[in-house]
Amino acid sequence: MTELRVDHPDLHGMIERLPELVNRNAVLLRRGRHLDLDIMIEIGRVPYYASIESGRIARLDRGPLLMRSWALAVRGPDDAWRQFWQPFPPPHFHDIFALAKCGQFRIEGDLHPLMANLLYFKDLLAAPRRLAEGLR
Amino acid sequence: MAATVEPIVGRYANVAIEGRPHRIYFEEAGRGIPLVCLHTAGADGRQFHHMMNDPAITEHFRVLAFDLPWHGKSSPPDGFQDEDYRLTTASYVAAIRAFCAALALDKPVVLGCSIGGRIVLRLAIDHAAEFRALIGLESAASQAPWYDTSWLHRPDVHGGEVCAGLVSGLMAPQSPAASRWETLWHYMQGGPGVFKGDLYFYRAEPDWSADLARIDTRVCPLHLLTGEYDFSCTPEDTMRTAQHIAGAQVTVMPELGHFPMSENPAQFRRYILPVLDKIRTGSGESQNG
Repeated sequence: MTELRVDHPDLHGMIERLPELVNRNAVLLRRGRHLDLDIMIEIGRVPYYASIESGRIARLDRGPLLMRSWALAVRGPDDAWRQFWQPFPPPHFHDIFALAKCGQFRIEGDLHPLMANLLYFKDLLAAPRRLAEGLR
Repeated sequence: MAATVEPIVGRYANVAIEGRPHRIYFEEAGRGIPLVCLHTAGADGRQFHHMMNDPAITEHFRVLAFDLPWHGKSSPPDGFQDEDYRLTTASYVAAIRAFCAALALDKPVVLGCSIGGRIVLRLAIDHAAEFRALIGLESAASQAPWYDTSWLHRPDVHGGEVCAGLVSGLMAPQSPAASRWETLWHYMQGGPGVFKGDLYFYRAEPDWSADLARIDTRVCPLHLLTGEYDFSCTPEDTMRTAQHIAGAQVTVMPELGHFPMSENPAQFRRYILPVLDKIRTGSGESQNG
């Protein structure tokens, strides 16, 4: 088995604050109010599993976890997430589809809930940017 | 408090396009050289309101923006309910030329963004002598697709929201929130399948890059301006296009994306005003090389 190594703990600190960033954001909760979904967000080689209920992140578990299922996954290397979560990301790192087009992000699984709630998902995935803004 | 009335005026022109009658809605402001502005796919002429409200532009230019058929306040043609809307190179060129002819515009400048940026290349290839200058924003002869357009028109996804969601990432993160969201609102208001139908012109039409070498910028100057955050039509796509056109003048615009005129008007005018000055005074034009 390949050993997992966390190169950049700050990234993991950011994703682990996703529930509070989302659940305290009334606008985001309204936008995602019709959504119930299990998603996986992979930061480098570490998967995080988020259970969304009516737009709220009901739980977030750091993986890997054996046989944990998900409907939609967004995967990217550490550096891509680091750039994406800057307050003003550079070109090609500022949007999930920009990152997918240049081969940094992979968006996998059932795309229907993503596309039907696209503004919600874009804000959810970019939410840790606000932590970087606060640190400046 | 007294209301401020903007100088923009909107009217309808009854225009035949490819032999079919249309009511075309257009807005205008300013006096001088006609400057016809072409909106992006799935949007409408409101994208140019900031230019129409900019005295630095309107003191020398009569800025006009018309809504393509099916867009904004231009109605679709009679019988639309039985049709699948598709924009083609031929229908787009016909709409632009019909509008300019209906208003008897004398050698207008045409400025187009995105699909409008692409069609000005076709105008430069086939109809250069009709125009004083052409300006392509986010313009390229071809670019790589980055999503499946079938998501734009299906019953289980809200068309307005998915169109806005897709294009939201094409804007620069530095652009003001109010301007970004106003730009998205135009997308949220598009008719069903219209954005998708516009992209037919982008995706399914033949690649006519080989024709670019026929453009003679001595007959009609060509300016291409692309925002650095546009990942749909990248600065590299524009520069690749310009390599085939002797005399094309390229500007890459920092801190702007795919909708420069509406997502950040203040930043955009830093780049468009010098181009308009050049066109008006004839300075720096007609250089071939």
